Amino acid sequence: MNARVQPARPAIGAVRRAFAPWNDPQAKPLIRFENVTKRFGPTVAVDDLSLDIFEREFFCLLGPSGCGKSTLMRLLAGFEQPTAGRVILGGADLAGVPPYRRPVNMMFQSYALFPHMSVAKNVAYGLKQESLPRGEIERRVQEMLQLVQLEALANRRPDQLSGGQRQRVALARSLAKQPKVLLLDEPLAALDKKLREETQFELMDIQQRLGTTFLVVTHDQEEAMTMADRIAVMDRGRLAQVATPGDLYEQPQTRFVAEFVGDINLLEGRVAGGEGGFWQITSPLAPAPLTVHDPDEALETGQAVAVAVRPEKMTISRDKPAAGGNAIEGEVWDIGYLGDWTVYRVKLGDGAILRVSRANASRFVEQPIDWEERVHLGFAPDAAIILTR
Amino acid sequence: MIEALRARAGRLAVIGLPYLWLAIFFLLPFAIVLKISMSDPATAQPPYRPVLDIFGGVAHWRDFLLALDFENFETLWSDSLYVHAALSSLRIALVSTGLLLFVGYPIAYAMARAAPGLRPLFVAMVILPFWTSFLIRVYAWIGILKPEGLLNQLLLWLDIIAAPLAILNTPTAVYIGIVYAYLPFMILPLYASLERQDPTLIEAAQDLGAPAWKAFLTITVPLSMPGIVAGALLCFIPIVGEFVVPDLLGGSETLMIGRTLWSEFFSNRDWPLASAVAIVLLIIIVIPIVVYRELEAERWEAAR
Repeated sequence: MNARVQPARPAIGAVRRAFAPWNDPQAKPLIRFENVTKRFGPTVAVDDLSLDIFEREFFCLLGPSGCGKSTLMRLLAGFEQPTAGRVILGGADLAGVPPYRRPVNMMFQSYALFPHMSVAKNVAYGLKQESLPRGEIERRVQEMLQLVQLEALANRRPDQLSGGQRQRVALARSLAKQPKVLLLDEPLAALDKKLREETQFELMDIQQRLGTTFLVVTHDQEEAMTMADRIAVMDRGRLAQVATPGDLYEQPQTRFVAEFVGDINLLEGRVAGGEGGFWQITSPLAPAPLTVHDPDEALETGQAVAVAVRPEKMTISRDKPAAGGNAIEGEVWDIGYLGDWTVYRVKLGDGAILRVSRANASRFVEQPIDWEERVHLGFAPDAAIILTR
Repeated sequence: MIEALRARAGRLAVIGLPYLWLAIFFLLPFAIVLKISMSDPATAQPPYRPVLDIFGGVAHWRDFLLALDFENFETLWSDSLYVHAALSSLRIALVSTGLLLFVGYPIAYAMARAAPGLRPLFVAMVILPFWTSFLIRVYAWIGILKPEGLLNQLLLWLDIIAAPLAILNTPTAVYIGIVYAYLPFMILPLYASLERQDPTLIEAAQDLGAPAWKAFLTITVPLSMPGIVAGALLCFIPIVGEFVVPDLLGGSETLMIGRTLWSEFFSNRDWPLASAVAIVLLIIIVIPIVVYRELEAERWEAAR
């Protein structure tokens, strides 16, 4: 692509990605789930799901607990067999291949470190199964411990390590065999917030350096947004949306995705008309029809839709905005001061509550907005999108 | 100040009680048995000399202490019957413990891997035989193993054998009886340690390239070592001194130290010699435990 050519539309999200094999029709996926269904008795954990994941990709499966994301990962690891459909890795069908013969390795949520072995022996375990020469095993173990900066603790046992150190041992152990795909099941769930943030960037760094394909299961959307090239949001065994973090946040396709990823205000209404991608939506929450610029949608007059606006894309002020803009009136119900952000919860006439957040760009604010004040909320036509599902 | 003293006294009482219990019911009887083992047999009531009168004065105490000796232990050492009985007991206990491990491990493993709802049922089934008297259960084996017993009848009926097998009153019968009687003591500690094991460890081993049998040998077995040791000790120790099973199921050639002790006490009425046998038995059993604990402590030190 030529960078000097001005794109017809500005890019979505704040990150520009040069790596995007999913947009290349020539690219062959490394992992392919083909109409995969997995049932446990009467419950359907994975429901006729198809998904392609590419080499070197950092892919996140995101969803609430029980959505089937862990089952999908265990299907790839070989701990579960699909009830229907195929799991394909590097062009080969994995049906009937036992877990110990698959070129994938997993980092377990509980880490599953062997408590009777030292750190070095834990890391060496997978290499020993390949009957490599002793010197080679030692060299690889050293290399892995260096990668996760644990050389000094090689002879400790897992119960003599901190949570963060254990996580690193688990990572080193699962990377030691140089798998084609590394599966990470909630890799950061057991760490505290500060350590989690650090480790996120470290995982990205390691993935960049080794070029291994990472498949991460998580329920934490912030974690997924930070690390992933692409995210698959799962809901009750199906894919709700597969997209880059930017697309997922700025262009969610369903109400479920919009509400699961980040905060959002949904204004239910009906289409009153539209022209050139600018739609007029009447909503009982707003005194006048709302204008939304969403050129990708093809809507019919009278169709029930939701106008979705992120809290940080809304404005809040005492003064009525200029005529013609989107405006909603309400009363400040709650104010949450988070330091970097201030979140206002504004109650509308019919009891609905909208959230508006404002970056605290300055240390001083003249006449800050108070509880129970009448305020006007506004948003630009480009700040909102229309959801039909 | 008084509060502190009272708290201290309370703490002492809590710690002291179990020690008091041990002193009264373990240390004191042991001292009495030790004393009898150093006495001489006598045709009297009680059947040994000297008898201690605690309030007998200094002269009596001196005569009493001078009358004690190690004569009985010398007899045990010099008479090959007792040495043989001790060695034979150790061998039978060792072989039985091995058999118990071989039979008990698969059962405990299957129980630990069963559906969680079924596990209490299996545990109850293992414990259930205890509701019947031990003696009756061993007697029942006579009915099974005797020449015209259930086992022989079954084998004859199935045409597997032409003439009844002589099982009763042989070492085989003793092994069958001991393995049957001690199986729960092997299964329960094994089950406890296997059931606690995190099944994801096996998944992790398989994920890293180990087939199921290798994961079992490198992960499951080493992690169940405390259960194996506990079960083995729980079986080995009482089997060394076992009396009922060899007496009822074993023939005259099954020599065990528990049986020797019984005949010294009740047939020969030689209490001092019987006490000496009991003391030797205790030493034989305590030594492996102490050695094991030392090794364990060293292993833990090495891991630090």
